[in-house]
Amino acid sequence: MLVMSNSIQADQLINAVAAADSAASLVRSVQALAAAQLPEAIPTLIATLGYNNPGAAVAAVTGLVSLGEAAVQPLLDLLDGYNYGARAWAIRALAEIGDPRALPTLLEAVQTDFALSVRRSAAKGLGYLHWHALPPEERSSGQKEAFLALAQVTDDPEWVVRYAVIVGLEALARVSVDQELISLIQEKIVERSLSDPDLTVRTRARLAQ
Amino acid sequence: MSANHSDQDPAPPPSADAALTVEQAISQLQGEDLGLRFYAAWWLGKFRVREPAAISALIAALTDEDDRTAAGGYPLRRNAARALGKLGDRSAVPALINCLDCSDYYVREAAAQALEALGDPAAIPPLTQLLSATSAQLDQSQPTPSQPYDALLEALGSLGAVAAIPLIQSFLDHPTERVQYAAARAMYQLTGESAYGDRLIQALRGPSLQLRRAVLADLGAIGYLGAAEAIAQAHAENSLKLISLKGLIEHHIPEDPALSVPARVVEVMKLMDALL
Repeated sequence: MLVMSNSIQADQLINAVAAADSAASLVRSVQALAAAQLPEAIPTLIATLGYNNPGAAVAAVTGLVSLGEAAVQPLLDLLDGYNYGARAWAIRALAEIGDPRALPTLLEAVQTDFALSVRRSAAKGLGYLHWHALPPEERSSGQKEAFLALAQVTDDPEWVVRYAVIVGLEALARVSVDQELISLIQEKIVERSLSDPDLTVRTRARLAQ
Repeated sequence: MSANHSDQDPAPPPSADAALTVEQAISQLQGEDLGLRFYAAWWLGKFRVREPAAISALIAALTDEDDRTAAGGYPLRRNAARALGKLGDRSAVPALINCLDCSDYYVREAAAQALEALGDPAAIPPLTQLLSATSAQLDQSQPTPSQPYDALLEALGSLGAVAAIPLIQSFLDHPTERVQYAAARAMYQLTGESAYGDRLIQALRGPSLQLRRAVLADLGAIGYLGAAEAIAQAHAENSLKLISLKGLIEHHIPEDPALSVPARVVEVMKLMDALL
């Protein structure tokens, strides 16, 4: 039996994405490309994040996350400064991959991005970075930076960002070994559980305690 | 599926000041400049200005004759009705009920949505009447429907119009999907039967992104917990799925923090965490 070489397979799958002529066929072709787990597909998967097709974007994020480390630098390089929808999906992919190279990008995004979907994904991602990949001294300073950035935005005007901040803080407390940092995080979470104007956010903070 | 398309922020007219005060907005609503009147009505709703002077000026704007579109529509009346829906003052109900007779489809739609928001059961008979007056001659050949069926159905569902159940049920087979889903939503609210919620879940798998978005809003509005997984899986923006799931659980979270959070709410929050 003849086995297709990877590059021929990649070309065919990438061409299928380019040739998709409906929303549904785009979703199917991106799903196929994502499932093949080919590094050559990374730029195409990233481009798909900007097509305003949520089904295709979910498939592309799944594909990028399964490619892991290889997708991190391209995602950081190709972050779309003009399309906030695409940027939100890319930040989400970076957050799910968890590579600490994304730390500066997530810190900036959570504090300064005008798009709530970007701030939301960055806030969660700051809690879920793979800190063990860093040397111990960078790990503890990185976790402090993440905490300070999240503390800055605990009263973001958007409920969903505040919700994501709680989720990020909860994860950060779970991985940290610094007792002082952990109690600072717990204070923030208790404060939100009592004072947040939104019932869902207060409840999420209660669960995080 | 409250019509978000009709609720976008209007651009301020060229004659508007950059920032309005409450007093300015109320006075502009009664002023000469039609563009400013239109903008002021929107502004008073957007910033939830509940002062009696604002309410009475908005009620007066519901009978405006000055601001007309080429097709005979009443833009100021539409904005005034939408604003009154946001202000929570039931003294507007009789005037909004009168708007259900307006010749402008969008005024009738905005009035039905406002009456839903104000929650006064006094609106049930006139809403029912408007829905039944036209249901017999379901105008399939028309490009646009003759009545804002979805807004009428949603309002009747939210207001608890149990007597209208047979009428609402007849819209489950309406040729327009959006109307079918509004009927399913209302039926769920009025009966609590999961079959109607499940019909909306089916709709989440449909081919139109626009309709899937509308159904996400419906499920959030009615708090049908059985839909949580389907919402999380739907092909739509995570932002809309998160809002939908939030709506879903807020019907089931105890306000009293001394009470424990129900396990089903915790499950939904796990789905929400994964969508961030």
